[in-house]
Amino acid sequence: MPTRNMLQAINQALDIAMAEDEKVLCFGEDVGSFGGVFRATSHLQEKYGRRRCFNTPLVEQGIIGFANGLAAQGSVPVAEIQFADYIFPAFDQIVNETAKFRYRSGDLFNVGGLTIRTPYGGGISGGLYHSQSPEAYFAHTPGLKVVVPRNPHQAKGLLLASIRDPDPVLFLEPKRLYRASTGEVPDEDYQLPLGVAEVVSEGSDITVVGWGAQMEVIGKAVALAEKEGISCEVIDLRSILPWDEETIAESVFKTGRLVVTHEAPRTGGFAGEIAAAIQERCFLYLESPIRRVTGLDTPFPLTLEKEYIPDHLKVFEAIRESMHF
Amino acid sequence: MTTAHEIHTPDFLSGNDVSIPTYRVLSQAGDLLDGADRPSLDRDKARRIYQAMLATRVLDERMMASQRQGRLSFYMQCTGEESAVIGATAALDDADMIMAQYREQGALLYRGFSIDEFMNQLFGNELDYGKGRQMPVHYGSRKLHYMTISSPLGTQIPQAAGYAYGQKLAGEGLCTLVFFGEGAASEGDFHAGMNMAAVHEAPVIFFCRNNGYAISTPSSEQYAGDGIAPRAFGYGMQVLRVDGNDLLAVYRATQEARRIAVEQNKPVLIEAMTYRLAAHSSSDDPSGYRSKKEEEIWREKDPVLRFRHWLTAQDWWSDEEEKTQQEILRRDVLDTLKRAEKRPPPPLESLISDVYADVTPALKEQMETLTAHIRRYPEAYPKGARLLEPTEDTRDNTQGGA
Repeated sequence: MPTRNMLQAINQALDIAMAEDEKVLCFGEDVGSFGGVFRATSHLQEKYGRRRCFNTPLVEQGIIGFANGLAAQGSVPVAEIQFADYIFPAFDQIVNETAKFRYRSGDLFNVGGLTIRTPYGGGISGGLYHSQSPEAYFAHTPGLKVVVPRNPHQAKGLLLASIRDPDPVLFLEPKRLYRASTGEVPDEDYQLPLGVAEVVSEGSDITVVGWGAQMEVIGKAVALAEKEGISCEVIDLRSILPWDEETIAESVFKTGRLVVTHEAPRTGGFAGEIAAAIQERCFLYLESPIRRVTGLDTPFPLTLEKEYIPDHLKVFEAIRESMHF
Repeated sequence: MTTAHEIHTPDFLSGNDVSIPTYRVLSQAGDLLDGADRPSLDRDKARRIYQAMLATRVLDERMMASQRQGRLSFYMQCTGEESAVIGATAALDDADMIMAQYREQGALLYRGFSIDEFMNQLFGNELDYGKGRQMPVHYGSRKLHYMTISSPLGTQIPQAAGYAYGQKLAGEGLCTLVFFGEGAASEGDFHAGMNMAAVHEAPVIFFCRNNGYAISTPSSEQYAGDGIAPRAFGYGMQVLRVDGNDLLAVYRATQEARRIAVEQNKPVLIEAMTYRLAAHSSSDDPSGYRSKKEEEIWREKDPVLRFRHWLTAQDWWSDEEEKTQQEILRRDVLDTLKRAEKRPPPPLESLISDVYADVTPALKEQMETLTAHIRRYPEAYPKGARLLEPTEDTRDNTQGGA
């Protein structure tokens, strides 16, 4: 099986989707002949023409408004927002329009064909506006699906599923892993299910949940814990909305302990939702408080990024404290 | 890139250097103005247009009265803007997409949305295509190519650009017309939609109803330039300002705009100058911010009356017919209203359907909890409790929305 990085996997998924269905269009800032600032759309304009892969003016609310219209018309737009930090000008189009299109029209119209791709997350010295993880803002939005892959194989399978899903999907790509994460990716067309978490490795003492780039951090933390004889069950949530409560609850019934970790700030972060739901479901099975390992409740800093980030040592400490509670 | 030439003195340009004229065809008495061409509008089409104008006015009067009686939660009238809305719609192919703001019920009436369909939406009953989810006046019809209305202003403007781009790729020779008020044109989405459409050559007609007010805000506090029309130049778009109370002028202008949009794949802007004769909505009282005298001046420019004069002069309409039609319409609206307000609400399960294409497990669980709760406190949730014990046959909502 060929080895690819995450960008190559995403590029291949877009290529497959465009080859299969002429209604699939890719657009955004610098997406055209340049192929995107990260090169996720390389060669797509060359292959499918300027009408199907193109640059847009620099206007995020316009990109998503335009995409909503295209999707309502029956096209399958894959719109790119250059950095997740710049998705907020389109927040109104996504939250009030995209997410409510089907519901408010009684299913007369929908924008189910829409996929919004955007690089997110820190660890690249991006400061305040090239580091954010905005998933929790969107998790509060019924009608939207929010998906985050952790490696190239997941990225391709989840992106193809998102493009073909009958609902609008916000696809968050961990840009720190764009080139850093490599792995085997089959050439053929395949999909991974949305709304389903994946148990990455089984364990019996504690459940550790995360998504996206944080899965790599969890991997390192768990390796340290295993050295101390702690058996960790690692779960990649993959879909933030709708999320797979069942898989997490089943795991916590077994382990009795839960650590949830994400880069985004603590307050209002998605770990809060997971912790509350699991506490309601698994109250009698919990042997220690559910721990959240997250970014601080500050904007994302530049110089002290390493201190800010919920790294493997912070996750490891939370695992230890849970075990010794 | 620009094609600018150089100058060597700092001479600033002013918007006042460009003055945009208003295209007008009919006098208030219904006569063709000097130099105006008689548009090619046959008797049947002219009557279809006028009947839609009349129906809009009757519907608006009756429904505002019903709102005042407390039978309806909310209403918005199109009064004073019937020519702008219906004239534009009549110039389109009936399969062209219309994306409206909310004051464009005349477009639906022209395309054949029945009084019953209006009432079902206004009362949010089980036959409403929108399943009772949105406030009154948020109509939509797939079969009539009329995109479901949403409250956030201006959001439909870039959507229209995208929809039209999709129509261009589909190659069916159709376009999109998007309605919005001069207030909504201040939203960022106006700029976004105009620029996206111009750069990507989308066959879309941007149709601004400049009626002088955004709720209480007069247009003098909305913009400092010469209305909305000159903005088109900045986007490299063709533009025409038209007397929005002149049916023939709006019709002719939109016909031409459609030709440019569909044949050249270029967006066009039309600014229709008109006046919001009614209150902004049933929640608004305009006497707090504008004079009766000002309203009187515009009442004399009544667009429905102006077109009626022209029709009468063609011998295509008579006072007798006017009287009969008005009576028929009034009776129809009242009878239909009585039927619609008695219809049951949409099924309780419609609370959770259409959020996604398929109902999620979490939503199923929330619905079970809600159902159990309503069973416990049925007197607190009369509509829901009635739906849990259905006595009538459940009717399918397949009346023709799809």
